[in-house]
Amino acid sequence: MVNLTIDNKKIEAEAGQTILEVARENGIVIPTLCAHESLDATGSCRLCVVEVKHGKRTRIVTSCLYQVAEGLTVDTKSERVLAARRLVLQLLLARCPESEQLQEVAKEMGVEPEPRFTPDKDNVKCILCRMCVRTCEKIVGVSAIGFSYRGTEKNVCTPFKEDSLTCIGCGACAYVCPTGHIEMETTETGDARTIWGRTFKMKTCKVCGRYFAPEDQLAYISSKTGVPADNLAVCISCR
Amino acid sequence: MTKIKSFNELKSVQERFKAGRDPKKPCITICVGTGCLAYGTQKLVDNFREELAKRNLADKIDFRTTGCHGFCERGPMVVIAPDKVFYQRVGLADAGEIIDKTVLKGEIIDRLLYVDPATGQKVVHEDDVPFYKKQTRLVFGQNSKVDPESLEDYLAIGGYAALGKALTGMKPEEIIQEVIKANLRGRGGGGFPAGWKWDSTRKAEGTPKYVICNADEGDPGAYMDRSLLEGNPHLVLEGMIIGAYAIGSSQGYIYARNEYPLAIKNITRAIEKAREAGLLGENILGSGFSFDVKINRGGGAFVCGESSALFASLEGRAGEPRAKYVHATDKGLYDKPTNLNNVETWANVPFIIEKGADWYASIGTAGSKGTKIFSLVGKINNTGLVEVPMGTKLREIVFDIGGGIPGGKKFKAIQTGGPSGGCIPEKYLDMGVDFDELTKIGSMMGSGGMIVMDEDNCMVNVAKYFTNFLVSESCGKCVPCREGIRRMRDILADITEGKGREGDVELLEKMSTAIIDGALCALGSSAPNPVLSTIRYFRDEYVAHIKEKRCPAGVCKDLITYSVNAEKCTGCTVCSKVCPTGAASGERKQVHKIDVVKCTKCGACRESCKFDAIIVR
Repeated sequence: MVNLTIDNKKIEAEAGQTILEVARENGIVIPTLCAHESLDATGSCRLCVVEVKHGKRTRIVTSCLYQVAEGLTVDTKSERVLAARRLVLQLLLARCPESEQLQEVAKEMGVEPEPRFTPDKDNVKCILCRMCVRTCEKIVGVSAIGFSYRGTEKNVCTPFKEDSLTCIGCGACAYVCPTGHIEMETTETGDARTIWGRTFKMKTCKVCGRYFAPEDQLAYISSKTGVPADNLAVCISCR
Repeated sequence: MTKIKSFNELKSVQERFKAGRDPKKPCITICVGTGCLAYGTQKLVDNFREELAKRNLADKIDFRTTGCHGFCERGPMVVIAPDKVFYQRVGLADAGEIIDKTVLKGEIIDRLLYVDPATGQKVVHEDDVPFYKKQTRLVFGQNSKVDPESLEDYLAIGGYAALGKALTGMKPEEIIQEVIKANLRGRGGGGFPAGWKWDSTRKAEGTPKYVICNADEGDPGAYMDRSLLEGNPHLVLEGMIIGAYAIGSSQGYIYARNEYPLAIKNITRAIEKAREAGLLGENILGSGFSFDVKINRGGGAFVCGESSALFASLEGRAGEPRAKYVHATDKGLYDKPTNLNNVETWANVPFIIEKGADWYASIGTAGSKGTKIFSLVGKINNTGLVEVPMGTKLREIVFDIGGGIPGGKKFKAIQTGGPSGGCIPEKYLDMGVDFDELTKIGSMMGSGGMIVMDEDNCMVNVAKYFTNFLVSESCGKCVPCREGIRRMRDILADITEGKGREGDVELLEKMSTAIIDGALCALGSSAPNPVLSTIRYFRDEYVAHIKEKRCPAGVCKDLITYSVNAEKCTGCTVCSKVCPTGAASGERKQVHKIDVVKCTKCGACRESCKFDAIIVR
C-alpha cells in the first residue's frame, strides 16, 4: 500500500494502481475519452492529465497511465491541468463539431469552442480514441480494424479499406464507440446487419425464432471455445 | 580475415596492417560519402583507377576511397598524401592530370586549390584550410583515414583496441564508471548521461537485454550520423560491442533509415567482416563474451527516432510512441531492459575507453563533455559537417568555420536542434554551444542540426515551415500533437497570408504551453519550440504581418509587391526577359515597370537585376 494525496485528500492505495483508478475509487472525477475499464490504457486523448509532485519535481502526467507512489501529491484541477484539458477539448470540438457527446463533456467542463479554429467539415465524429481498435484486437480477438495513414490523416478502417474477411460482424466496435461514429445498420426484418461495408447474415434463435447474432460471430465463438455450433443456436433470452 | 582469438593477437594484427601502410608512400584519398557521390564522384574514382592502371602505378601509389570529410560544399575532394595536398571541386576528368603532375612530380594544380574567401589566398594543404583548421575532429577525423569497406584500414589506425582493452582488462562496472566519469551525454537529442543509462540497464531485472543504435536520423538538413555510419562503421560497431559487454547484452540492433542505402550497405559489410574476424558474434576475442547485431531498416517515419516509437517499429508495429513513465532501461524493446543510444554517442565510446575518462572530460564545458558534430546548412558559405569541442561559440562555428553568409548578407538567426529546436538571434552568437546553454535560451542541441538564416528569411515563414514538417510527421496518436500542431500551422499560414488577427500571437503562446504540457511524447511536447522561439526573439515580425500586413523580409507573397526603383533601373531589359508572365516590361534604356496584376512574385527579376533596382515591399 502507498500513501498519497489527491486534491488535498489523503488516500491509501495499492501499489501498481493508476492515479485514475485510485481517483475514481475515491469519488474524484477526472474526465476521460479514451479510457475503458476493460481495455489497457493508451494515453491518447490527454483529457485525464493531472499535475503530480513527487519530491521536488512537478509535472503533468496522464492519470490513466501514471502509477501511484508513496508520497505523491496529485492536483487534478490545477491551472496547468485545466489549460491542457481546455485545449484538448477545443481541438476535438473543432475536429468533430457535430458530436453531441463532446458538446456534453465541454458543457460539463465549462469549455467553449475556440472561435479561431475553423470547424472541420468532413462530418467525421471519430476522435481517434482507439477504443474500437483495441476492443477488436484485445477483447474480440480478430483485429478486423486498425489505423491507416499517420498524423492528421490517421483514420480507423479495415485493411486497405476493403471488406474485411476477418470481421465477424459482432458490432463491439460500434457499441464501444463513444461518439457514435461507427455505424451499424440492421435490416427491418433483422435478417442482416451491415458494418464496415460488409453485410452479415443473422441467425435465428432455435427457440424463439428471432434473429439474434451474425452467423460468422457464432462460428467464431464456436471455433474459439470448442462449444459445438448447435449449442450456440439459442439466444440469450431463451437460454 | 581469419578469426582473431585474443587481444594480443589483435595487437599483432594491428601492427601488421599498420606496417603495411607506409606513411611516406603517395596515397590519393577521395571522399565517396553520399554528398560527394551526388557530384558524380564515382566516375572520378573509376577514372583514377583506370589512369593508375594505364600507368602501371597501382602498386606504387595507394588509392583510397573514404567516407565523408565534412566539407561537402567543395566536393568532389581529393587529398594526396604524404603532404596532404588538398584539391576541391575536382573535375571528373582531372584524374590523369593529378597523377601526372601532383603525385608523380609534386607540382600543384592551381585551379583545384581552395581559395579562402576571407583573404583571397589559395590554400595548398588540407590542414591549412580554415574550415578544418578550427575544428577538433576527434570522432569524425578518422573518416578520412579509412576505407569504410575495409576492416584492415580500421585495424591499421588502431581500431578495436578499445574493445580489446575493455574485454580483457576491465570489468563491466568499471567501463560504466568510466563512461559516467567522462559524462558522455546522448547525442541524439535528449542529452541524457549515457553512463547512467547503461548502469540502469545493467541493473534492471530481466533477460535478454538489448542494445540499440538509433540511426533514424531525420532532422531536415542533419546528416552527421549518416556520415559516421557510412564513413566509419567499425567505430560505431566497436562502441556498441563495448556497451553491450558493459550492460550484459548479447543482442544489438541498428535501426537505420531506409533512405540511407550507403550507410546500410557499409554497416552491413562491417558487421560481416567483424564477425569473420572474431570481433563480433560468439566468444569475441576469446573473452567468452558473445554479442551480435542485426540491422533493421526504418520505413521513413520521423517519429521512429523517438525511442519508444522505434521499439514499436522494431517489433513490427506502427511507429507510435508510448508513455515513458516506466523507462526503457527497465522495459524497452519487447518489454525487456533496453539501452538505446544514437550513432554519434556510440562512436564516442571507443575514445573514452582507450584514452580514459579524464582525458575525455578535459574537452568541453562543465556540463557537456567532448566534441559535437554539427551539420551546418542554410545560408552559409561552407556547408558541411563540423566537429568542435562543446562550448565553442556560435560565432566561431558560423563565421570562422562556416565562412559566414553568402553574398554579404546579414546574419539573422541560427536554428539549432532540428525541426523542434529554436531560432537563436544574433545577440547570442557569442554564447558557447552546449546542451544546457541552448536549452536556456529556448532552443536545444537536438542531434546537432544548424540552419543559418539571413535577412532574407521571414521568421514567421520559418516557424510555419518547421511546424508544417511536424504536422506531417506527427504519428497522430495524441490529440494535442495531432490536432494542436495543425491548428497552429493554420494560424501561422493565415499570418503569412495577411489573414492574421489581433490576438493570434497570444493564442499561439497559449496553445504552445498546453501542447508542451499535454502531448504524449517529445515530438509533440517540443513541437511548439520553433513558434515560441521566433515569437520570443522576432515578435516584431509577427506584429508587422498581423497589424501592418507587411512581411519585413519580403518573403510572404501575399504581403509583398514588386516594383522598380526608377533611379537605379538602367533599362537593361534583363528583368523583362526572365519574367515568366510578362509582368516586367519596358523599352531598352528606359525605366522598366512591373504590372502587379500579372506579377506572380516569383522573384526572378530581383535575382537577375544587376543594379539592385527591384524593390520588394
